[in-house]
Amino acid sequence: MTSELDIFVGNTTLIDEDVYRLWLDGYSVTDAVALRVRSGILEQTGATAAVLQSDTMDHYRTFHMLERLLHAPPKLLHQLIFQIPPSRQALLIERYYAFDEAFVREVLGKKLSKGTKKDLDDISTKTGITLKSCRRQVVEEMRGSLVDNIQQHFLLSDRLARDYAAIVFFANNRFETGKKKLQYLSFGDFAFCAELMIQNWTLGAVDSQMDDMDMDLDKEFLQDLKELKVLVADKDLLDLHKSLVCTALRGKLGVFSEMEANFKNLSRGLVNVAAKLTHNKDVRDLFVDLVEKFVEPCRSDHWPLSDVRFFLNQYSASVHSLDGFRHQALWDRYMGTLRGCLLRLYHD
Amino acid sequence: MPGKLKVKIVAGRHLPVMDRASDLTDAFVEVKFGNTTFKTDVYLKSLNPQWNSEWFKFEVDDEDLQDEPLQITVLDHDTYSANDAIGKVYIDIDPLLYSEAATVISGWFPIYDTIHGIRGEINVVVKVDLFNDLNRFRQSSCGVKFFCTTSIPKCYRAVIIHGFVEELVVNEDPEYQWIDRIRTPRASNEARQRLISLMSGELQRKIGLKVLEMRGNAVVGYLQCFDLEGESGLVVRAIGTACTLDKLSSPAAFLPACNSPSKEMKEIPFNEDPNPNTHSSGPSTPLKNQTYSFSPSKSYSRQSSSSDTDLSLTPKTAPYPQGPRIYLCPSSPSLSCGSLHLKKSCLLLSESSLTPHHSSLVSPVLRKSVSFSEELFLAASGMGSGSAGKEGGPFKALLRQQTQSALEQREFPFFTLTAFPPGFLVHVGGVVSARSVKLLDRIHNPDEPETRDAWWAEIRQEIKSHAKALGCHAVVGYSESTSICEEVCILSASGTAAVLNPRFLQDGTVEGCLEQRLEENLPTRCGFCHIPYDELNMPFPAHLTYCYNCRKQKVPDVLFTTIDLPTDATVIGKGCLIQARLCRLKKKAQAEANATAISNLLPFMEYEVHTQLMNKLKLKGMNALFGLRIQITVGENMLMGLASATGVYLAALPTPGGIQIAGKTPNDGSYEQHISHMQKKINDTIAKNKELYEINPPEISEEIIGSPIPEPRQRSRLLRSQSESSDEVTELDLSHGKKDAFVLEIDDTDAMEDVHSLLTDVPPPSGFYSCNTEIMPGINNWTSEIQMFTSVRVIRLSSLNLTNQALNKNFNDLCENLLKSLYFKLRSMIPCCLCHVNFTVSLPEDELIQVTVTAVAITFDKNQALQTTKTPVEKSLQRASTDNEELLQFPLELCSDSLPSHPFPPAKAMTVEKASPVGDGNFRNRSAPPCANSTVGVVKMTPLSFIPGAKITKYLGIINMFFIRETTSLREEGGVSGFLHAFIAEVFAMVRAHVAALGGNAVVSYIMKQCVFMENPNKNQAQCLINVSGDAVVFVRESDLEVVSSQQPTTNCQSSCTEGEVTT
Repeated sequence: MTSELDIFVGNTTLIDEDVYRLWLDGYSVTDAVALRVRSGILEQTGATAAVLQSDTMDHYRTFHMLERLLHAPPKLLHQLIFQIPPSRQALLIERYYAFDEAFVREVLGKKLSKGTKKDLDDISTKTGITLKSCRRQVVEEMRGSLVDNIQQHFLLSDRLARDYAAIVFFANNRFETGKKKLQYLSFGDFAFCAELMIQNWTLGAVDSQMDDMDMDLDKEFLQDLKELKVLVADKDLLDLHKSLVCTALRGKLGVFSEMEANFKNLSRGLVNVAAKLTHNKDVRDLFVDLVEKFVEPCRSDHWPLSDVRFFLNQYSASVHSLDGFRHQALWDRYMGTLRGCLLRLYHD
Repeated sequence: MPGKLKVKIVAGRHLPVMDRASDLTDAFVEVKFGNTTFKTDVYLKSLNPQWNSEWFKFEVDDEDLQDEPLQITVLDHDTYSANDAIGKVYIDIDPLLYSEAATVISGWFPIYDTIHGIRGEINVVVKVDLFNDLNRFRQSSCGVKFFCTTSIPKCYRAVIIHGFVEELVVNEDPEYQWIDRIRTPRASNEARQRLISLMSGELQRKIGLKVLEMRGNAVVGYLQCFDLEGESGLVVRAIGTACTLDKLSSPAAFLPACNSPSKEMKEIPFNEDPNPNTHSSGPSTPLKNQTYSFSPSKSYSRQSSSSDTDLSLTPKTAPYPQGPRIYLCPSSPSLSCGSLHLKKSCLLLSESSLTPHHSSLVSPVLRKSVSFSEELFLAASGMGSGSAGKEGGPFKALLRQQTQSALEQREFPFFTLTAFPPGFLVHVGGVVSARSVKLLDRIHNPDEPETRDAWWAEIRQEIKSHAKALGCHAVVGYSESTSICEEVCILSASGTAAVLNPRFLQDGTVEGCLEQRLEENLPTRCGFCHIPYDELNMPFPAHLTYCYNCRKQKVPDVLFTTIDLPTDATVIGKGCLIQARLCRLKKKAQAEANATAISNLLPFMEYEVHTQLMNKLKLKGMNALFGLRIQITVGENMLMGLASATGVYLAALPTPGGIQIAGKTPNDGSYEQHISHMQKKINDTIAKNKELYEINPPEISEEIIGSPIPEPRQRSRLLRSQSESSDEVTELDLSHGKKDAFVLEIDDTDAMEDVHSLLTDVPPPSGFYSCNTEIMPGINNWTSEIQMFTSVRVIRLSSLNLTNQALNKNFNDLCENLLKSLYFKLRSMIPCCLCHVNFTVSLPEDELIQVTVTAVAITFDKNQALQTTKTPVEKSLQRASTDNEELLQFPLELCSDSLPSHPFPPAKAMTVEKASPVGDGNFRNRSAPPCANSTVGVVKMTPLSFIPGAKITKYLGIINMFFIRETTSLREEGGVSGFLHAFIAEVFAMVRAHVAALGGNAVVSYIMKQCVFMENPNKNQAQCLINVSGDAVVFVRESDLEVVSSQQPTTNCQSSCTEGEVTT
């Protein structure tokens, strides 16, 4: 006696969260059944393995049919074939687009070309596909604020949408994230920086008319950043800046002497990073530069995070007292974001 | 021109890509009704076209309006080649044809293609302007309402229940026409879908005409079925119960339909029904006529008793019909007349010729029909007729006389209803059924479907005479079905013989007042259990006792019925689903030989199914079956029998005896031991079941009862005898292994198997209950969480071990595993009850068995359940004690002129409320989460006639849909499971979309009548046909109702909301 056909269709589509997770994790039906058996479900419910097998198959079939709709979440909301309560729909989508941080960290910044797609398959088929579909659609079709877009079109939660925006932003600007030096950074660190940059450094940030330009950094702004060079090129200005910072921080900083000694190097580093951003290649290396020029020197001197914060605050603020410096607004736009990023990047 | 149909095509969405080059579609729409077609403009390059068309207007006869579906075809425009069809939508506009239902159909419909399934959606608005037509000879029956629900719909009141209506239409099946060889599968499928749609429209119209003739305005319990007879054609047939319904206007008036009969009668003139004098005159002054009723009572009673004897003596008189009927005894299968029509009706095998000794040895159930080949499934019986009753005898006789005369004028006094207004059902006799094996031949003239009509007429005649033999003049819970394999067809009909209260039947003329009094005299809670036949002339030897409730009338010890549990019945504990499953191998044969073989097998199957049911019922410690449905399916090389019913413990019936196992070789010690071991197991199971289902009837000692009981219960229990066995049999000492239906004799391995199979049925996991009736006895605190589902399983038998036992085991496992899977899947709903569990078996191929289950899982509130479990017992105790008082009160009430109906009916109303989950305000839905509205409005579906925790405010019309789905890429669609899963999901979606477009938010009385699945894995092909129906309704949550009731008419609010959601 073999079962040729075995189906269960509810007027309200039954979604088993545990099975959904197993499906998303890419387990085969057999593996999923084995895992479920191990979870002790048979003992709890008094069911037999055959029942479990049939149930799992059924759920997998349902998910398979739903997957087509999950690729375009608004369709899931409007489709008539599966009657699913809104809360369940949200759960389906959220889980479907949730990603493994470690994995995304790997992918980050890689151009999702044919070659990497294959790599992705190796890493994790499921996430690869979702990421691909998400990125492709956002990049190709969308207009408007990045985060809003993703939220509207993929119906994701705020947090998840922000993460996706970060991924798209990174991918689009091809930031280098794979260098050995950057390995200590988590996806969360990058996502945080991406968000700050999207908010402050893109075209959409200054001009709401241009809010479809969220993904590209404001070219004009990058050009203008050259003007900041005066801060380190003009020796008087640099000295003045240093003395202002030192005066303000004296006694408040545990690593004052190190700071004093390194001030010029650090300042030069930060300003040079800004000045170089006109070139695409240097944009790509932004994080490498930041780590090399700022994070590593401070770390080697064992600055505590609180001191870094004091320093950066004072460093940015003091510029306002430099009478000879005329690009206050520009500086704020640059430093405001950079300060946030650096603080986030500054850890072990 | 009696009608103008207006259609507007608004927009489409999610269309499939039809042009690979552009990844877009140039879609336009054809709107066709009858022979007229309109087209929209082509909307270029879009998957979400906005046609926003003008109103297309069709001026048509109302006859066409009823028959024809509106056909909407979405196409992709192609400049150079033929336009490609994307898919179609058929819209049944019938709901727009009567005033109270929907006024507009508007919403998103899935675009369906028989090859690709659903491909996008289309937004359509449909309206109908009907002109009044005064033509008396019109062919249309617009305005007659149809309901699938097998009880009086919730927001209506039955003024008159007219009775049985039936009709069938036949045609050639397009699939078998010569043209099918040259047309595409798609064209063939569409031709079939369209034809069936047309035929059901026509059928409905014709039934409507019959209803108008009877002066009714509605059909309740409408059941339409298709017989795909293959080469010989396509039959669409329908049965239903014609009624005159009155809409209950205020939601407050929802309480039981007939509080006061007199009032009801007076209201009749307000009804549209144009015959003024049937009821209005006499009844309006009911009490004055009382005296009149007494004087003739004597003569009446005499008459009636004579008619009674007549009935009970049927074996002698055997007034068997006339006409073209040919009886074929199983024992003499020679076709004496050479006719192709083999006729065999059967039930439990009581053919004397077949088993000469059976009357003493075998089933208690059959006895009487010895003289002729037919036989009754008389599982039980009802109450004392006039002679048994103490007081009210003459009344009853009179009552019967009148009802009989009323009903005898009808060809078939059948009712497809399974639940009735209080007081309608007086007594229940037992299940009557008839089957007949026919050879199909080509239907030569579709306009004259006489053969098929004659076949059914024969069967119905038989049912009618079976009912008569049980002392009943009517059959309720009536249904018909067929099973077809190649050219052999088994026609089956079954129902429950019953005595009805004529008050609801049209022809009553004189008796208005009398009935009222009679009704009051009838013990309402246990009355239906009392035997309707004469105790001294019983149609079969039954074991009668005095009713355990009223102690006045006789009751049988087991009662089988096809109806739902009456709401006012007193039940102890909970009920449960009981199934008997059986397979029988049959030699492959052709034509007549095949038909003969099947005819020969049928009585054995019926007998065994019945025995199994009885054994399982005993094992559960229960004494009555409701909703019994026995399905016999015929295949190439086997017959399958599946009986489902809901077992309950009726307080009015005696405690069932146990099951005794007897060995054949009593001297063998080890054998003896084995037997006693088995016996112990069985006894344990019974005890366990009693605990599980909370069956603890109040122990009332004989002394307290005080009334003489002919068969001391004590003794019968001691003997473990089947109640149904005749007195003689019970007297025998059963320990000597005398055969009795409920002494299981283990004399060979077969019998061993039987006993084992009895014990293999595992009870559902804790927290689960199941039944196949509308309501679960003993549970009445439903929450609003419901989940309707369909589950299909097909197994392939390995052809090696095809023995009856192996087959039985396979089939049994299949059903049990299916149930287990359901319990597992629905575990999150615990505590929960599977209601209206409907199993269908088919044998699509030689070694395939297909089982389809549709049911609804409803969660109930456990805490409340705990409280209520105790009450039935208390209640019944209470009732037992107060019964006498109540009876005493009646005379007083009768004297006090104008009051008679009032003191009692309100009380009744309350009990009804308690017993039924449908009762208003009975359960408050504290926990009901408001169905959050997404863009797609939620549409509930349920096979029940009600929605727990909600009130149905409007019936929008019948949903009756037929779909075909075919694939030539079975593997790519996920194999047979993937294919069927997707198809069933699509069918649900289309049903929901139609309901939503009508402005409704639920389908009640939903049923999947057919699910025919065929596959050819070698060719990578599969085809499936599905037929579903139900009633589209608008419901309002009771919790909402309470909040809003004071502010505004909720109905409007709710329906407009729904429409709004749908159209956006």
